[in-house]
Amino acid sequence: MTAASPPVAATPHVSAVTWINIFTRMLAIQGSWNYETLLGNGVGFCVEPALRLLPGGVRGPAFKAAMTRESAYFNAHPYLASVAIGALVRVELSGVPPAHIERFRTALCGPLGSVGDRLVWAGWLPFCSLIGLLCFGLGSGPAAVLVTFFVLYNAGHLALRVWGLHVGWTRGLGVASALANPVLRQGPTHLARAASAIAGVALPLTVARLLGHHVALLGAVLGAAALAAVVLVRLHGRVEGYKAALVLIALFALVSVVR
Amino acid sequence: MTELLPLALLGGILGLDVVCFPQMMVSRPLVAATLGGAFFGDPAMGLTVGVTLELIALATLPFGASRYPEWGSAAVVGGAISAALHTERAGALSIGVLAALATAWVGGLTLVQLRVWNAWLARRRRPALDAGSRGAVIGLQLAGLTADWLRAAVLTTVAYALLFPVAQATLGVWSLREPLSRGFVVSIASAIAGAAAWTIFHSARGARWYFAAGLAVGLVLLGVR
Repeated sequence: MTAASPPVAATPHVSAVTWINIFTRMLAIQGSWNYETLLGNGVGFCVEPALRLLPGGVRGPAFKAAMTRESAYFNAHPYLASVAIGALVRVELSGVPPAHIERFRTALCGPLGSVGDRLVWAGWLPFCSLIGLLCFGLGSGPAAVLVTFFVLYNAGHLALRVWGLHVGWTRGLGVASALANPVLRQGPTHLARAASAIAGVALPLTVARLLGHHVALLGAVLGAAALAAVVLVRLHGRVEGYKAALVLIALFALVSVVR
Repeated sequence: MTELLPLALLGGILGLDVVCFPQMMVSRPLVAATLGGAFFGDPAMGLTVGVTLELIALATLPFGASRYPEWGSAAVVGGAISAALHTERAGALSIGVLAALATAWVGGLTLVQLRVWNAWLARRRRPALDAGSRGAVIGLQLAGLTADWLRAAVLTTVAYALLFPVAQATLGVWSLREPLSRGFVVSIASAIAGAAAWTIFHSARGARWYFAAGLAVGLVLLGVR
């Protein structure tokens, strides 16, 4: 411990039941997400079972002060918020001074948001989605496609939450070093390369199966799609794909009806 | 319309998964539309709608406070409508996808309103939150979860009740042939997916070569099948 670190008590004991309670609540951490406190109330909701262990229990001043602190503004990726939850439980139960906890809590926000967004939303999710599309393209039925996507995605999702809670709890105030984990640092790049390769395989196979009996159209559809994709990339940020699809398909339907 | 209640339950659960609970991605179109189709006894049709929507959904990343379409309830509506039409007629896929896209757009707006409402509720409970009230924290969380489930269930019900008769009527006068109808929708969806793949992954070194190699494998596989 450095001279600047505050005095902390020995590692507190948290029962398995309390951890299960915290983990279950973490699945609902965004339940009251809003534009003012973002994830703040969710963090308070998740750490509450552990805070009951503070001296005086739920009626004690320590519990109430901790609840106020932990329910304030917080921002992070919902899965990687587990790192913060584990670390905040540790520091609250270890008797770290409130001002130090508040600074620590604020410092966690940024990194847990950006790392999680790159790893999960821009990496793991599209990768698993493309695997699901590849299964479809290779001829799998509804059950196989769904099970493949669901099991694969949630193996990563739940593992990340469990790892985050564990590493937060075991490292406490030193949890920042966990963000240097190779999976978090290099994972997005490897996922992007893997997903690019899967996208290359999956797109023509998926299009072919979607066309079904009309597979003779495949060349025309892939060619038109490639040209339209180039246009969309050029317009990036100015046109949202789903809105463009909504307008174009609505116009197409209108033509089909009035023709 | 006896199917509305169970469909609302399904849409509510899958809509809740988008943001609030448990974010296991059962709300992805691939899953939600297939379940919507299975509800009417045609999971294969649901899957076809779901795959088309999934291609489009690749472009929407649910980053933090950004505004994005709500795919969970929307895909249930799209899959259910296409399956409930019980037809191989031209336009069934186009109409299911169109219904889902419209619902997803409205669903995204309702998500924004829910977040505004959550903030309003939190402001009202501010004194209790500042006093460290356990009940206030848990109450806000449960209120948000309940409201989101209700939002998604009502959205599913209203969207299906309004759009299914329109879909039936539209299909009755659909004049374009199936190859063109299907090809048009699939072209748009795959263009959006291709653009999304480029936008998301191109910054990784060598990603374009991985894509090119994958594409070569995909085309070879198509050729030998």
